[in-house]
Amino acid sequence: MRLFSDSIGRKIVMAVTGLIMVLFVVGHLLGNLSIFNGPDGINAYAEKLHQLAPLVWGTRIVVGLSVVLHAVLAVQITLENSAANPTRYAVQRSLKATFSGKTMIWTGLILGAFIVYHLLQFTLRVTPGLVRGQDSLGRFDVFGMVVQQFRIVPIAAIYVVGMIALFLHLKHGIQSTLQTLGWSNETLLPRWGVLGKTLAGILLVGFGAIPLLILAGIAGN
Amino acid sequence: MILDGKAPTGRIEESWDKYRFELKLVNPANKRKFKILVVGTGLAGASAAATLGELGYNVETFCYQDSPRRAHSIAAQGGINAAKNYPNDGDSIYRLFYDTIKGGDFRAREADVWRLAQVSNNIIDQCVAQGVPFARDYAGYLDNRSFGGAQVSRTFYARGQTGQQLLLGAYSALSRQIKAGTVKLFPRTEMLDLVVVDGEAKGITVRDLVTGEIRTHVGDAVVLATGGYVNVFYLSTNAMGCSVTAIWKAHKKGAYLANPCFTQIHPTCIPQAGDYQSKLTLMSESLRNDGRIWVPKKKEDCNKPPNEIPEEDRDYYLERKYPTFGNLAPRDIASRAAKEQCDEGRGVGPGGRGVYLDFAASIKRLGENVVRERYGNLFEMYERITDENAYKQPMRIYPAPHYSMGGLWVDYNLMSNVPGLFVLGEANFSVHGANRLGASALMQGLADGYFVIPNTIAGYLATTKPGKVKADHPEFKKSVEEVQGASKKLLGINGKKTVTEFIRELGTTMWEDVGMARSKESLTKALQKIPAIRKEFWENVKVSGKGEELNQQLENAGRTADFLEFAELLARDALHREESCGGHFRVEHQYPDGEAKRDDANFCYSAAWEFKGVGKEPELHKEPLKFENVHLAVRSYK
Amino acid sequence: MSAHASEHGTMNLKLIVWRQAGPNEPGRFETYDAKGITPHHSFLEMLDVVNEDLIKQGKEPIVFDHDCREGICGACSAVVNGVPHGGYKRTTLCQLHMRKFKDGDAIYLEPWRARAFPIIKDLMVDRGALDRLIQAAGWTSAHTGGVPDGNSTPIPKRAADYAMDAAECIGCGACVAACPNGAAMLFAGAKVSQLAELPQGQVEAPERVAAMVQAMAENGFGNCSNHYECEAACPKGIDVKFIARLNREFRKALVLDKVGALKKSAKAE
Repeated sequence: MRLFSDSIGRKIVMAVTGLIMVLFVVGHLLGNLSIFNGPDGINAYAEKLHQLAPLVWGTRIVVGLSVVLHAVLAVQITLENSAANPTRYAVQRSLKATFSGKTMIWTGLILGAFIVYHLLQFTLRVTPGLVRGQDSLGRFDVFGMVVQQFRIVPIAAIYVVGMIALFLHLKHGIQSTLQTLGWSNETLLPRWGVLGKTLAGILLVGFGAIPLLILAGIAGN
Repeated sequence: MILDGKAPTGRIEESWDKYRFELKLVNPANKRKFKILVVGTGLAGASAAATLGELGYNVETFCYQDSPRRAHSIAAQGGINAAKNYPNDGDSIYRLFYDTIKGGDFRAREADVWRLAQVSNNIIDQCVAQGVPFARDYAGYLDNRSFGGAQVSRTFYARGQTGQQLLLGAYSALSRQIKAGTVKLFPRTEMLDLVVVDGEAKGITVRDLVTGEIRTHVGDAVVLATGGYVNVFYLSTNAMGCSVTAIWKAHKKGAYLANPCFTQIHPTCIPQAGDYQSKLTLMSESLRNDGRIWVPKKKEDCNKPPNEIPEEDRDYYLERKYPTFGNLAPRDIASRAAKEQCDEGRGVGPGGRGVYLDFAASIKRLGENVVRERYGNLFEMYERITDENAYKQPMRIYPAPHYSMGGLWVDYNLMSNVPGLFVLGEANFSVHGANRLGASALMQGLADGYFVIPNTIAGYLATTKPGKVKADHPEFKKSVEEVQGASKKLLGINGKKTVTEFIRELGTTMWEDVGMARSKESLTKALQKIPAIRKEFWENVKVSGKGEELNQQLENAGRTADFLEFAELLARDALHREESCGGHFRVEHQYPDGEAKRDDANFCYSAAWEFKGVGKEPELHKEPLKFENVHLAVRSYK
Repeated sequence: MSAHASEHGTMNLKLIVWRQAGPNEPGRFETYDAKGITPHHSFLEMLDVVNEDLIKQGKEPIVFDHDCREGICGACSAVVNGVPHGGYKRTTLCQLHMRKFKDGDAIYLEPWRARAFPIIKDLMVDRGALDRLIQAAGWTSAHTGGVPDGNSTPIPKRAADYAMDAAECIGCGACVAACPNGAAMLFAGAKVSQLAELPQGQVEAPERVAAMVQAMAENGFGNCSNHYECEAACPKGIDVKFIARLNREFRKALVLDKVGALKKSAKAE
């Protein structure tokens, strides 16, 4: 039995890496919401993270590996699946499959691209037009950088699209993860569905609010 | 000729054990040298192939379906009997034996029935070990129910799908042997001839239903487990592919066919809705526990909605005629009574072929919820087919051909008169006599396959040499040529009527003249009509396409051609048996109250017919039946 | 009741049917008229009517698998307007009645489509891959004879009922046909769950799930994406909880495998 080559083995790897990423994203949101406390909030948070470098790097490695594994297996499994069902029906009708379920590979690829952009922008800070300054306490001014960026409409739009992709991906993905790990039955599965949709919704609203409220001038002032 | 069933003598309680000890054995090292061909993968065939494979024989198994799991055993609903006496209600091997002999109206061999009752208990254990999910009580023990009017609860069941679960158990055992390489499976393969060499069965000729290839398989013994023949009535509860072909071909090669007139008509089926109909669906007999059967007293009420017919204008005819048993009267009596009402013009529904099965009283007494709990799935099935809600209006039911007690004659070893040809399950005539008890078909199929044939076949194989006959024997070539010739003939007629039209015509004749109530007159009429239909078939049937390809028309044509020959034998047997017993009812032979009148002085035998040519009078051989343990008595259900 | 029946008229329908002469032949849709169909015709009886017509016209009838026509053998198999068996709850194609359609309806009929089910002809496909899954591991190694009394191991009623829920599968393959990935997880899950739930099947549960998962890949089935189309299309209402159980059994076996327990027991055999 092989974790990385058997059908269910690979699904387990995808589920576990998916769960890791969900946990990370939840933590990331909680941290990011400090932007609504103004420069003192998020800049202090960023500073704190830098002091915890081993933890940050540990997280980066685990999450980074998860992303890579998740993506590689996703592409492999999707290719296998379309080979296992090469011919479509002339009439296409789904009884239960959802839009979010059927578009997992696409929302996944969008998220992949988004993550690359996001890392270049706010982690490596190499995207053009980025403002890199310091706040009054001499900390790196995350607040200023983010606000400056999100007031540019196309950039805010990229973030909104990314978060919609995340929402769709998790709407299917969370219940799917728990089903794949076998923590599911006829009572639990509908609950996981609700849980998944709720969590995905919270993440959408939470993450989406940042660029939108900044763009609208409600936050970031 | 007087036939010898080779039943062991002596005390019946020891008969099987003693016989088994005396049987010859095949040396384990020699087993793999013997090739056994098993045709059919229902309960009997799958259990036989699996067990023989496990014993080390080299087995090849064949089914016309795409998978062994689709054999029609799968459709049995009610349950399987066994003499476990778990409920402590007085059951025993002896009682199951006794009930089966009596239920069969004293037309079965005592020793065979004893053995069946004895091994019934092993079947349950075997199925449990295979993971068959039998119903359990809250303590975790096997649950039993009483079935088909039995006075003890000896029926084991798995919801309403007992046949399915038992078949899947046998199929899983078979699958294990296929993986182990002891059994080779040939699905979508239909047996079209038996090859007999020097008087012994040594192979079969089959048609690959996908490619159309006709080829032979050579074996040291042939086991037929190909089911029953009630599709000769066209509309029956059998699957569309069920046919008499395998046993008829064996019959034409010398195997005697016994008691073909013993057919069972099941009283609670959904009535026919129109001429296009292809089959009848059975609903569990348990419905009669809470439903009341009636027809309108006045003919003019038959087209009225049933709820508008006042109580005083309803005739609860079973309750009226059989006050003790009422709606629970045995299958044959209930079936015949329904036909009588309809013949008198008081039937309901399309074509006036139906009677009401009314739950209104039970719903009033027990509440709709209780009725739903007990029969919900059946009401659902009824609604799916008829679009009628049986909670609101009575169901309509009508009898339908269901099971054939007759079949190829076999001795105590389940071997036919052709050495090397074994016949199991519904395909043989043995244990049910003239009438089968509810929940006994599954028992017989598995008893034959798991526990009888693995022992008795050794007795034959020990007397022969493995691989005695080779594939180049001229009989094989001859058989292939015969089969090819028949196909070619069918394809060459290019007439005007389709195969379905012929089988419908035959079915109508059989149902009307050789169905539930038979008379000398009706049977004589049938014996004139059948050859006429057959003659027209061979002149005017239209079968298109080629033989060397997948051709469902050709498959049906072949099966219909065999039914057209076999039907005559069935009618002839019914005409010869001047008595009424079990599923065979001759209107001339009844008591004034309509009860079947058996004639033990003249007909206490199994009638085994020898083929003498199509349209020619077959020769009758008798196997006298002796009843040393159960005394001949009149059945009464008043 | 005949009054009731005569309320419905007959219908004329248009069938757009996939015709394919053989596994490697090109297929195409052909249009046929189904005339004079009553609401009481079953779907297959409607096809019988069309086929009788075709035979009389000297054309090749439509090939389709069918046998028991009472919803239990699992032979019938066609995709009706994009859904296996037509998509009515707990209804096989043979139990689907024409009252679900209206006069003038156009009905698309296609075979099960999946790599694991090569088309034999028209609507008939080869489902031998499902048999091979059962051959791989869908059994207990109980020898005929020599097993204990059926009541020697009590089985909780809930376990027996659970196993029966799983065992209701008729092996028609609608789950595979409905799956966007051509996966057989519901079929395999039902068998693995049935046997894993019962004490008699627990003995070999880890080996069984390993062999079953391997056989699925070898026979060309895809992987599960948890769309649950299988459950929706299943004419017996088999629950996807059995897929979760299959995953769980796999996970448990994987742990045993990693600690070497499974390999040891496999060697001992």
